[in-house]
Amino acid sequence: MVVQAEETATEAAIVADGLVKCFGDVEAVRGVSFRVPEGKVLGLLGPNGAGKTTVVRMLTTLSRPDGGTARVLGLDVRERPQEVRAIIGLAGQYAAIDENLTGRENLRLVGKLSHLPGSVIGGRADELLERFDLTRAANRIARTYSGGMRRRLDLAAALVHEPPVLFLDEPTTGLDPQGRNGLWEVIEDLVAGGTTVLLTTQYLEEADYLADDIVVIDHGAVIAQGTATELKAGLGATVIEVGFRDDAAAGAAVALLASVGAVERDGKRVNLSVSGEDGAGSMLRMVRVLDEARMEPATLTLHEPTLDDVFLSLTGHAAEVAESDDGDDGDGSGSGGAAGRRGRRARRSAR
Amino acid sequence: MSTTDTPRAVEATAPTSRPRSSHRGHVMGDSLAIVWRNLLNIRRNPELLVFATIQPVIFVVMFRYVFGGAIQGSLPAGQTYINYLMPGVFVQTIVFGALTTGVGLADDLNKGLIDRFRSLPMARSAVLVGRTGADLVRNFFVVILMCVVGFIVGWTVETDLVKFVEAFLIILGFAYAMSWVFAIVGLSVKDAETAQAVSFPILAVLVFASSAFVPVATMPSWMQGWARNQPVSVVINAVRYLTIGPSPGLTASSVPKAIVWIVAIVAVAAPIAVARYRKAT
Repeated sequence: MVVQAEETATEAAIVADGLVKCFGDVEAVRGVSFRVPEGKVLGLLGPNGAGKTTVVRMLTTLSRPDGGTARVLGLDVRERPQEVRAIIGLAGQYAAIDENLTGRENLRLVGKLSHLPGSVIGGRADELLERFDLTRAANRIARTYSGGMRRRLDLAAALVHEPPVLFLDEPTTGLDPQGRNGLWEVIEDLVAGGTTVLLTTQYLEEADYLADDIVVIDHGAVIAQGTATELKAGLGATVIEVGFRDDAAAGAAVALLASVGAVERDGKRVNLSVSGEDGAGSMLRMVRVLDEARMEPATLTLHEPTLDDVFLSLTGHAAEVAESDDGDDGDGSGSGGAAGRRGRRARRSAR
Repeated sequence: MSTTDTPRAVEATAPTSRPRSSHRGHVMGDSLAIVWRNLLNIRRNPELLVFATIQPVIFVVMFRYVFGGAIQGSLPAGQTYINYLMPGVFVQTIVFGALTTGVGLADDLNKGLIDRFRSLPMARSAVLVGRTGADLVRNFFVVILMCVVGFIVGWTVETDLVKFVEAFLIILGFAYAMSWVFAIVGLSVKDAETAQAVSFPILAVLVFASSAFVPVATMPSWMQGWARNQPVSVVINAVRYLTIGPSPGLTASSVPKAIVWIVAIVAVAAPIAVARYRKAT
């Protein structure tokens, strides 16, 4: 018992242990486990229909797991849901705000329903409106808010009772780049203040940017986990692309650079593949080799593996970034890996 | 359970602002917060309130002048159609109005608001108690307005003030009970439009196969059993008894019967609705 108590004391802020959820015959979540240490950000990454939302719903007491256990700050979500609700904040995929109330009224309502003392609710609402740049719109009915403002108000509502653990389900889906950056900054501030965050996203760069650890799920199961760097390293090659002024120079370089890494020539360009963890060191060695031979490259580009590559190699299909309408609970396995990398890039930047 | 496994959350949370459990004590406060929110919603959507009141006004006027002459003949001697009609229109209006309880909940569900509420440490029943409570407040004003319109077109209360107030309370009580019934519908469908579509046949069978507008004796015999004993008819007869007084077909026993129906409907529908709310996705 004492040992158990010690374990509890050092337990991670969020613990998911073999979570299972079925909808009829469909096993939407098939034994998902992970932990999020206090004050850290976990990115739950996966395509539409992977089961991300279902996992979040189980952790936030909205949906009962059919198997496995989950604890938030040591509280079992099945056995003590009401206590869990007091320490978590949830901002979902859709801005869950009352469109017929003003921004301030929305926050006051959540304050009352979180049982904050009446004397602090007003101040807390004002403070959040200020922090989320909504002060000027505070007394406007939320129906008139832009998409970004709604998301900010929704996140503000999730923070009214100052939860130490925050769940963000695709917080930036559907936002323009400006709105996305704004929300990222807010999330970074929260984490700097000690909040533990579980974030689901289908944006690989979002997980890369915000998350300390990443769990990749697909078809309801964890297929990889680690830091962004670890996931990339697992994938291997960093490619240094060196361009020369003519084919002869490129040909000469191939022989020289074979000592640094695997070399491949494509006309005037030479692609040097090196270990993912040692990109910088290899670059330096490459420069020395070329310098000794008195060769001067025309262009020099470093291609580190991105989470896109990680995702593609893990799932066999591209990270699907289809437009909204993300019924994450179903089996939206997405269109396979047919779309090439360039296609995905283009679609992403077009958003 | 030993004390060693006390979760850290207890220390980790701010002691001032987070009562640990005992959410039962919050049912009242949480429900009032939801009532406040729903009343603000009505105020910010005046067109809904206008729609909810114009319809009954039209019904009163239309039935009074269009069908009055035809139906007068089949009424027991001594009864006027307007006095027969008004209790029917009252109950028809509040039963149709109960549909907005379901539609509103379906909308909250569809927009993710129910998820937000369910993720808060609030009382599980508060969203429904608050919603049905706000609809009760709305109905209070709707029924008063209808009384006024009724008086203008010649409605008279043939009994006394006490019986009139009793009738008023029975109407509101039945309105409240029906709100819970349609709350179940609202929590069982995916959006407001579906809630409306699903509710309408239920409403039609309840309201039109009843004594609301025409005497049950004029209906085919297979329908009379249902039409005479179903809750809408029982409540209407109670209201008629209380506003017209004892007369053929109207007896004092309809009042306790109506009260039993109201209590029974709430006792069955409310727990089902709360259970639906807990599981709503």
